[in-house]
Amino acid sequence: MSAPVTAEVLTVSPPATSRRQAPRWWRWLTAIRRSKPATVGAVIILAWILLAALAPLLAPYAPNAPDLAALAHTAPSRAHWLGTDHLGRDLVSRILWGARPVLLIAPLAVLGATILGSLLGLAAGYRRGWIDLVVTRACDIVLSFPVIILYMIILAHFGSSAWNIIAVLTLTKAPIIARIVRGLTLELREREYVAAAKMRGESALYIMLVEILPNARGPLIVDMCLRTGYNIIIIGVLGFLGIGLPPPDPDWGGMVKDTYGMMMVWPHMALVPCAAISSLVIGFNMLAVGLRELGLRD
Amino acid sequence: MTDALLELEDLSIAYDGLRGETRAVRGVSLALRAGEALGLVGESGCGKSTVALAIVRYLGRGGRIAGGRILFEGRDLAALDAAALRDLRGRRIAMVYQDPMASLNPVMTVGRQLMEVPMIHDGAGAAAARARALAMLGEVRLADPEAVMERYPHQLSGGQQQRIVIAMALIAEPALLILDEPTTGLDVTVEAAVLDLVRALRRRIRSAIVFISHNLGTVAGVCDRIGVMYRGELVEDGPVRRIFGDPRHPYTRGLLDCLPTLGRDKRQASLVPIPGQLEPPHVLPAGCGFAARCAHVEAARCTAGPIALALFAAGHRVACVRAAELPVYARRRTDGVATAAGVAAAPVVATEHLTKVYVPRRRLFGRRRAPVRALNDVGLAAARRQTLAIVGESGCGKSTLAKVLAGIEVATEGRVTLDGAEIGALGIDRRGRELKRKLQMVFQNPDSTLNPSHTVGYAIGRALRLLRGDRPADLDGAVARLLETVKLSPEMAARVPRQLSGGEKQRVAIARALAGDPDVVVADEPVSALDVSVQAAIINLLNELQAAHGTTLVFISHDLSVVRYLADHVAVMYLGSVLEHGRVEHVFTPPSHPYTEALLAAVPVPDPERAGARIVLEGTIPRAGEVERGCPLATRCPRRIGAVCDDTPPPVQRLAGDHRIACHIPAAELAALQV
Repeated sequence: MSAPVTAEVLTVSPPATSRRQAPRWWRWLTAIRRSKPATVGAVIILAWILLAALAPLLAPYAPNAPDLAALAHTAPSRAHWLGTDHLGRDLVSRILWGARPVLLIAPLAVLGATILGSLLGLAAGYRRGWIDLVVTRACDIVLSFPVIILYMIILAHFGSSAWNIIAVLTLTKAPIIARIVRGLTLELREREYVAAAKMRGESALYIMLVEILPNARGPLIVDMCLRTGYNIIIIGVLGFLGIGLPPPDPDWGGMVKDTYGMMMVWPHMALVPCAAISSLVIGFNMLAVGLRELGLRD
Repeated sequence: MTDALLELEDLSIAYDGLRGETRAVRGVSLALRAGEALGLVGESGCGKSTVALAIVRYLGRGGRIAGGRILFEGRDLAALDAAALRDLRGRRIAMVYQDPMASLNPVMTVGRQLMEVPMIHDGAGAAAARARALAMLGEVRLADPEAVMERYPHQLSGGQQQRIVIAMALIAEPALLILDEPTTGLDVTVEAAVLDLVRALRRRIRSAIVFISHNLGTVAGVCDRIGVMYRGELVEDGPVRRIFGDPRHPYTRGLLDCLPTLGRDKRQASLVPIPGQLEPPHVLPAGCGFAARCAHVEAARCTAGPIALALFAAGHRVACVRAAELPVYARRRTDGVATAAGVAAAPVVATEHLTKVYVPRRRLFGRRRAPVRALNDVGLAAARRQTLAIVGESGCGKSTLAKVLAGIEVATEGRVTLDGAEIGALGIDRRGRELKRKLQMVFQNPDSTLNPSHTVGYAIGRALRLLRGDRPADLDGAVARLLETVKLSPEMAARVPRQLSGGEKQRVAIARALAGDPDVVVADEPVSALDVSVQAAIINLLNELQAAHGTTLVFISHDLSVVRYLADHVAVMYLGSVLEHGRVEHVFTPPSHPYTEALLAAVPVPDPERAGARIVLEGTIPRAGEVERGCPLATRCPRRIGAVCDDTPPPVQRLAGDHRIACHIPAAELAALQV
């Protein structure tokens, strides 16, 4: 009798976690805490998000209100902790309010670039052939163009607004994401589970989005973090070039542009917004480094 | 023993991980005399490689020697500093790893890499080092050493690479050579050649050898002594003849029982897998680690406390309280599986003159490369409830055949029929749902067959929905039933692949293929990546499912013992051509095609008395497409008869039953040569 012998082979290996699995966001948080750079990065980012969200409550002054009395003494003081700018506007308030557009535009642009880039990369890597050729060449063209000049042309033509900045950032960052996703797709499409999906008759769209894309998420999430940091720099540069968000609402790059000429006299006016940009970029970079480290460890 | 070269004293090795400390090796004591060869055997995860890494102090991050000593030539290795270790490694102790390509530097010629060893360790000059390298290449039986010296690793075949790595290990004449699964992942023929080389070298050099393998059959012919490890402990150790002739530990017996051998097939007896599976290493057993899987367990005695390795007979130690009480070992046998009798049943799946040619795409500025004939005029058939096995070395076209059957590739010429309907020209995208349901596939690699992002339940449920049209509401029950069919607990549905063992993953893959109750399942090397003990269970499962569902199985494998056991019909392929085809008992007994004969001779026999390949296929497989005329095997055939082999395609000789041999030598003559 062969049946009894094989019946005892019924294998049930003990589950990795016997308790009910914790919600996903909690697992994410605990995972991040295992890496020191990721923890530091996440704390910096969360702090900025809180400050920006609570700006109406925390800001001691209205961001655009000049304090004529302070003009005589713009340096940091008890009334103005970080001092005021050349028009007597409180820097603390302007930095807090200025964090809001940055923290909206940068992630939204990354999200846009990731969606567009992933779709292009998936199609190119999975379909190959002429689609691949068209997508990769189009990406090369965008990437080979000096982006700052591209921004100046587009924003000068269409006008500078939050949505337009998101749009140009999406368009110029999508090719980089597309390249990453295409590379991952070229490798993942050869996996046996993709062949198994074809054998049961899944559509190409299903295979790309459900079988391949989730397995590319690791490198993609790391890249999204890095790219958010880079976008913050670019938003600063756009502001500095005068094609960022229109005045008078506070914009970190614009704040540097207005005051860097007075660097020798009142350095704090330009340095404070610079420090704000740097800290946020460093936060995203550290989170990216930490996530990559965690990804490698698992 | 005082004259020991290597002595492990109560060695324990621990890894510090996220879940705390894991004891990978616990209290292993061993001694190895100069020139002796020890085989270290056990399932993956038993700690055998960890022992080897500890000897060369390569434990890696988080690994440390937690207790005991490693004495090499009387010195405690744990106490050595980096400089002393560097001097020792490569000169006194050398190691050969599983993947030869990973051990060789791809940007250096193999000659330079070989010369480095004497130049660094002995301060030899370039000319002297070159002379020694050349002599060593001759020693490992590489033809034309001068030319090989100038090659880069990627220009050599897997077998040649492994010989280079062995040459590199031996060039410093080490006192101890550690071989860590040196033949796993190589073709049978290459494995036989490497094993043969190790045997021959043992007679010429004085190095002691530690040979690590998961397969008892591999070490049988090479070693003087065998150590069997389980869950980090040495459970049995003794002279090779005692271990095979009178194994005393139930685990050793289990490992022997689950080996398919060339003598038996499924009609005579089923394989006996070891029940249960290896427990995770961070769970420490109270008594005997094997108790949970042991057929001879006695609750009170086996699990009461730690069980020490005790001397059973001269040189034979066993860690089992019942070692002396166990009956004399005889291979466990169970009844065979009922199979469909008769030959003349109408084929379910068949190929006629099937040819697949890959035309390489011309690159910009590239030379036009010759098209590759991956399949050449293949005619095969498999009937209902039967197993057709396709065997051959890698590159023989067996996987291409599987892909054409499955529709992942389409045929260039010829026909593939399923129930009489032509499907060879239909790529998977053009196959209808009914056709997809009828023919499914099980893949080779357990780590890539399941999507790591999806749960088991989702993977199987998706197949049920698409192939059987199940409604979402019925899925949970259907998934549970299907999991039970492949002998997995329904709770498995919630797991993701990384929580499963290799065998469990393969079972899920089988369940997924069975979702639509297919007529034909094409299995491409489904067990070759699994441990022998797990392999036996999967093979039995395939057999039972076939008997229960009447499935036709097309089983692709390079392992002839598995094929002998499982198949009803066998096709032996070489360079895209079928050289021999027939019922398994016809193909595996004389007269056989010379290639089949060589493959059979290459199979490692789990019997120290009969080890040693009689015929070794030399040379490498030519690139498909290079053989224009004549017999594809002509360049390597051990029974080549002359120019006729090079110039004329061999005639197909039809023998008893539907046995076919494509060879110039008449079958009667072959039979006479092969007794």
